Formats: sequence, structure tokens, C-alpha cells
Amino acid sequence: MARVLIRGGRVIDPAVERDERADVLIEDGRIAAVDASIDARDAEMVDASGCWVTPGFIDLHAHLREPGQEYKEDIASGGSAGAAGGFTSICCMANTDPVNDDPSVTEYILDRARNESPVKILPVAAATKGLKGEIMTEMAALVEAGAVAFSDDGRTIMDSDMQRRVLEYSKMVGRPISVHAEDLSLVRDGVVNEGPVSTKLGLPGNPAAAETINVSRDVHLAEITGGHLHVGHVSTGGAVALIREARARGIHVTGEVTPHHLTLTDAETMGYDTNTKMAPPLRGPADVEACIVGLADGTLDAIATDHAPHAVHEKEVEFTEAPPGVLGLETALPVVLQLVRDGRLTPMQLIAALTFRPAKVFQLETGRLTRGAPADVAIFDPERRWTYDTTKGYSKSRNSPWNGKEMIGRVVTTLVDGEVVFHVDRGVLHP
Amino acid sequence: MRISHELIERAEAPEALYLVGIPNGGVPLARQIARNLAEIADLEVPVGVLDTTLYRDDLVSSGARPKLRRTEMPSAVDGHVVVLVDDVASTGRTIRAAMDALMDFGRPSAVQVVALVDRGHRELPIKIDYVGKNIATGRTDLVKLRVSGETDAETMEMVLLRGEGGTSA
Amino acid sequence: MMGRGLLGIEDLDRDDIELILDTAQHMKEVGEREVKKVPTLRGRTIINLFFESSTRTRTSFEIAGKRLSADVVNFSPSSSSLSKSESILDTAKTLDAMDPDAVVVRHQVAGVPKRIADVLDAPVINAGDGAHEHPTQALLDLMTVVENKGRVDGLTVTIVGDIAHSRVARSNVYAFTKMGAEVRVAGPPTMMPVEVESLGVKAFTSLREALDGADVVMALRIQRERLSGSMLPSVREYNATFGIDRAKMRFAKDDAIVMHPGPVNRGVELSHDLTDDRPSVILDQVRNGVAMRMAVLYLLAGRKRSRNEEAS
Repeated sequence: MARVLIRGGRVIDPAVERDERADVLIEDGRIAAVDASIDARDAEMVDASGCWVTPGFIDLHAHLREPGQEYKEDIASGGSAGAAGGFTSICCMANTDPVNDDPSVTEYILDRARNESPVKILPVAAATKGLKGEIMTEMAALVEAGAVAFSDDGRTIMDSDMQRRVLEYSKMVGRPISVHAEDLSLVRDGVVNEGPVSTKLGLPGNPAAAETINVSRDVHLAEITGGHLHVGHVSTGGAVALIREARARGIHVTGEVTPHHLTLTDAETMGYDTNTKMAPPLRGPADVEACIVGLADGTLDAIATDHAPHAVHEKEVEFTEAPPGVLGLETALPVVLQLVRDGRLTPMQLIAALTFRPAKVFQLETGRLTRGAPADVAIFDPERRWTYDTTKGYSKSRNSPWNGKEMIGRVVTTLVDGEVVFHVDRGVLHP
Repeated sequence: MRISHELIERAEAPEALYLVGIPNGGVPLARQIARNLAEIADLEVPVGVLDTTLYRDDLVSSGARPKLRRTEMPSAVDGHVVVLVDDVASTGRTIRAAMDALMDFGRPSAVQVVALVDRGHRELPIKIDYVGKNIATGRTDLVKLRVSGETDAETMEMVLLRGEGGTSA
Repeated sequence: MMGRGLLGIEDLDRDDIELILDTAQHMKEVGEREVKKVPTLRGRTIINLFFESSTRTRTSFEIAGKRLSADVVNFSPSSSSLSKSESILDTAKTLDAMDPDAVVVRHQVAGVPKRIADVLDAPVINAGDGAHEHPTQALLDLMTVVENKGRVDGLTVTIVGDIAHSRVARSNVYAFTKMGAEVRVAGPPTMMPVEVESLGVKAFTSLREALDGADVVMALRIQRERLSGSMLPSVREYNATFGIDRAKMRFAKDDAIVMHPGPVNRGVELSHDLTDDRPSVILDQVRNGVAMRMAVLYLLAGRKRSRNEEAS
């Protein structure tokens, strides 16, 4: 098989704390060598000068909508959006139609991914049948079929005993339970963060306590069960503090935060743009700050996009009626690079949160550039300016708060198993 | 003063007169004429104020709307000879608007018009019954009337600024 | 500054409010004439787009438009996007294609008039959106206070009731504070929005303290469905703690006036005898409603988006 040599980039590999100018040699789809200067004249050359060369990004949380809602997104379009954003592995949530609560659905997704997606698709299966919080899914069979984690994301398992049993049972298969932590009885009809902004807008508020109460419950359940709790899309300082304290006590808790919860506040909703409606909602500045600190100090493991495509007609409705969620795969990198430019995260911390650390959370062998690892690589120019236009993106949907905004930092090349699947000038190259 | 005399002389029934000033310039003039009539003929003539803004035909599509002014009609106009009083008459559009407005207040037996200055450029078939002074102006000239207080409207100053603006008054 | 439309009092400055009040005063004079109609908006079309039914407000706008000789068309689509095939923005764009000179929008969800204004060429007048704003109500309330008190500057205005769910409260908070009054809000804590002080008011849970020295007492309508449940234990308790009657009015200034945006739940927000007579000025509010809406239509109808102006 052909050899590929990535030359002249700044290689950042959190697995070995490497941050230096180096060449990367790929053989047979795996990393063969990383060194200051590699001579491989027979290899296909990929010029990375002026770019950072990092492991391909791993998204622990995305909604690809297939099967069932292909008008919003499908595995091909979502996978392409991922490739364009530097993501080489996308964990797709179970709230499809039918729900991914059965091995046949998991297999279907993986089968579609093999044929349609330029990047790796890793299904997250439902924790309970039909996301109803009543009957546990067949976790052993789902893992056998290829599920990497379990989640009822989009819904919260409100019954505490059910949540406890799910965490307990998952230990048998050694996979995490990723939770959407919102106390729905407290959320009620809340659609924006409860605070001065909800008061001004006159829209029902969703209080931060709805998240912290649920995270608190789940942390205690993780403690008594010994299960691996992964907290999805953390948005509040309270949740960050609970996770920090739980980890200090040795409880198996990990957490992720989205690019929007790291960079946008609830002030974005002042114009009633439904593309600023998320669940959990955008929070106030203190919560955003706490999430950044939590990511920097290691309390939170991963930046996950919560990529949630919705069709234009679904978003062009009353704020209260619009489905929550925004696109994330194509904008995640430039959005979070701002944290590096602002000195809030080191390049190593940022890349770790996109690659090595999420890989550890879901026990993946990717997310590293060490010899023998799958050659999933993102090559990007951190200074390149471009304007994000949803009509020119790969996603089928348009719901982004960054539409029309100038972005700094752009993926130039994405490789999966040593093959170029995206190049900024050539677009997505299908397998 | 001359206009006041003419009004008395030409009126068939001076006691039926009803003066209506068109803001802003016409209002002090109407009051002055009323005082003159009281002095000359011992006549108590009602004086009304009629803003024509809501009757204008040039409400433009964009930009700010003209500020409204006071309208105050002290008694019914029915059966009266209403004398509309304006400071400067020109296109006739303001008089047209004032007549429309007036009709909404009742049915005067006759309507007449007084203008201190008539600068021509009529765009509507409207006749000024009593004119203080005719001035030949260009369309873009600006006529400024400076009336020294309400006490004596006839000691006014007239300034003709050639070609400085649109038709005013 | 006032833009092409009127979405909320929050967007207005003091000069705008004064111009509107002044204009409304002149419009009120028109309404007192025998012929209550002027030809100002002849040939212009105003659409009352009421997703949420409100006979009072719609009628008020309708009379206002007709007194200005505009053609007024009422359009009341089914309320939610979910219950019909057409989205609110599609409805709005359809109407815009009919080339109206103003669209008056009422919707039970906050922000809808703003979203509609973003896509329309015609100016949009907010006739109440969810718990957000109801600007013409606040303006007519200001007008009523000016008429009764001669000024707004320096007055103490106490708004009582379900502040959290009230668009009237928000618009009046902005209106009265912008015009120099001290605004207090009072109500059960369950009906007080989070961090309400961020709106520039003082919040009270004691009606007595809130009324102390008040010049204007404004009671808000309580929605029946909120009268018992997780917001309030019972009508009786609400009336006992926040219902306004003559005895409680003694805490306010001697010459304090009582207002209510209507319709009044008699015996709940206001005692029966307080609803009809002085110090109540509720009927003045209704009368001023038409004049105020005439003023707003006069100032805004036909001020369409110019071609070089970008849609936001």
C-alpha cells in the first residue's frame, strides 16, 4: 500500500505531549514514524507547511439523523461535514427513527457508514428502549454490534432507579453512559437560560439548577454503582464543580462541553433567532467562564459538537416551538481556536480535548499520532480566515448561529486511515 | 389693517364672520384681524385654529411624519362665513387641505381666504379673496415673514431669499 | 431611536416617546370631533395580524386605522405553526406580497413580531407578544398618567400582579422609567421574573411597602389558569395579599390613581367599587387607546423598507 508523508507541519500529539515541527510518515493506513525530517521519496507528499498536524478530531456527541430524518442530515452529509471540520470519528446519538436501541439499527448505521461516510461513524446506542426510560436496551448485543456508548440523549432518564440500573448494567459491557442531564420537571417549558435575558425577552426560563440537580443525582448514582458516567454538553458552573469534586473522590465521571457553550452567552438570543436555541440553553458569562476553566483544568475531558441539524422550516417558527440544537461539525475548530488565541487554553490542551482525551473516554484506539495508531489526521491552518456560509456547507441543514461570520482557522486536509478524505480545495473525497 | 377694513366692507353679514388661522403663521394673523374687527366695528368674531397636517396630500412614504399642531374650533361653523387665514399663499394645497378639514367641522355658509402674502405658483384652482401683498417669486425662492409679535401684525418684515429652498408657506 | 416599526418601548428614547404622546394628544382631539375621521391614510392598507385573539386590542387598532381612513384588514391565522402547515414567516411573507403599509402583529409567543419584522418590507407594530412587550398599551398608559397627573417625571408608579408573565408590565417598566418615574413591581415571588431588578425597578413582595407613597397603582390581569397551582394557592389568598381595594389604597398617596390594562377580574385584582369609579382611570385608558394607536399608525404606516436597506 502507498506511503504518505506529511511534511513541514507543526505536529501536536497530546498522547506523547509532542509539539514540534516534524514530518509524519504513514504506511498501510497507520502511523509509521514521526520525526524532525523523514526522507521518503516514494511516498505521496502532503504539504503541511504553515499548518498544525494533529490527530483527527473525535466527536463524542453528534446527531446524524439517519435512519428516519434524512431531510435534516444523513450519514453521508454528516460524515462529509465532519471531514470538512477535521473530524475523523463521529459518535452518533441514538435518537433516530427508529431509535438505535436494537442491534439491527446499529448494524444498519455502520453498514451505511461503510458505504457513505468519508469518516468513521461510531454509534451510540440508546440506554433504554425507545428512549422511554422504562426498559433497558440489550447492551451486550449492542456492543457486539458496534455501539461505543449508551445514551438517551435528547431525553433525560428521570426515574432515578432506572438511571441507577443503567449505570450498573453498563459495567458489564464496560461502556460509558452518556447523559443529557436536565431535570425536566424543573425545565418545564423553559427555552432560554433563566436570568436577566429570559426576563427581558419574556420567554420561559430554563434554570441552571435543572442541570446541576441532575448531574448531582447522576454523580451519586455513579458513586454507588461504579458505572462510568459521561456528562454530555455540560453548560453550568455548578455541573463543572460537581464533576470536579466527584473526580477528586475517585468516582468514574467524565464530561464534555460544546463549542457554543464555551464561546456564546445567552445574550445571543436577544434577537429571538431560533438558531441560538439549544438544550441545554446558552448560559450567562459566569457559566461560560466556568466551562472554560473546567476544560483547562481537566475536569471536562472533551469538546463535543452536539451537532444537531434541523431543517429551515423547523427553525422558522416561534422560539418556543423551534427544536433546540445547532450545527457544529464544520465550525467547531475555528470557534474553539479562539480560546487559544485568547490565551485561555494552550494548543496542547485544545487538541487533547478534540482528540486524545475523548478517545480515552470512549476507549478508542484513535486520537493519537504514535507509531502503529490508525492514521487519522487533521491538518489545519490556524490563521486562515474564511466566512462560514451554511448554504455552502456539507450539512443538509442551515441552523447555525455562526452563519455569515468570519472564522479564523481552517482545516486544509483530513486523512482517515492514511487516505485523504477532505482537502480544502478539492472538497470531500468519498471512499 | 387694510384687510380687516375690506372684510367688514365686503361682508354681507359681518356678524357671521368666523376667523380660522392655519398654523403656524396664520394663527397670530387671525387673532390680529379679530382684534382689528373689534376695534373698527365692535365685532366679537370667533377665532379658530385648524391644523391641516392630517389632510395633506403629500404624506411621503419614507422619513419622519410632520409634527401635528393644535386644532381648536371654539364653536360650530355652520351658517358662518369662515375666513381661512394664512400667512403666505402659494400652491393652494394648504388651502385645499384646510377647506377639507373645515368641511368635517360642519357646513359654513361660505368660505373665504386671507393671505398676507401671495407669491403665486398656484397648482390648484383656488382664489385668495384678500391679499396683503403680491410678490413675484421664483419657485425655489424662500419667503420669510417676520411678524413682530401678536400685537401688530402689520409691522411685519418680509424677507425674500432668492433660490434658497423649496416653496415654503 | 424609533425605527420603521414599533416592536417595543425598549427601543425608544425619550424624544420618541414625547413625539408619540404629543401626536396622540392631537389624535384625541380628532376623536372628539363630530366627524371622527381624517383622510390622512386614505388608500393605505393596514393588516391586523392577530395570531392570538384579542377583541379589545384588535378593535382599538381597527378603529384607529379607520379614523385615519386606512383600509383595515383583519387576519387571524390559527395560532401555532405546529397546528398548521404554514410557518409564521411564510404567513408574514404572503401578507407582505399584498403590499400593506403596516402590519399589526399579536402573538402569544415572545419575539414573533421581531422575527416577522425582520422579513417584511412593511413596518411592524407589536400589539403584544407573549410576556415580552405591549408597547401601545404602555404608551396609552403614559398618556393617561400625563392627563391625570400633568407629568410623569418624579412620580412613583407601582405595578402589581403577575409580573413574570406580563408584557404590559415590561413595556410599562421601560416606558415609565424612560420618562423619569420611579417604578416598583409587586407580586407573589412565584410571579416575579428572575433578576427583575435588572429592568431598572424595585421589587416588593409586600403590597403595603410597594404602595407607600405611590402616585400611580397599576394592577395587572392574572390569567385564570394561574390562580391556583404552582404559582398561587388560591384566588382568595391572591386577593387578600395583592388585590387592590380602597383600604389598601390608603397606603398610596391621597390622589393616587388606579389603572388596569383590562379586562379586569373583578374581586381578584381590583375590588368591584374600585373598578368603575375614581380613583380608577380605566376607561380613560380605553379611550386613549384609540388615539394612541392612531398616533402610532400616523407616524409609522407606509414607512417601508427602502430598496437599498438590507434585510436584517
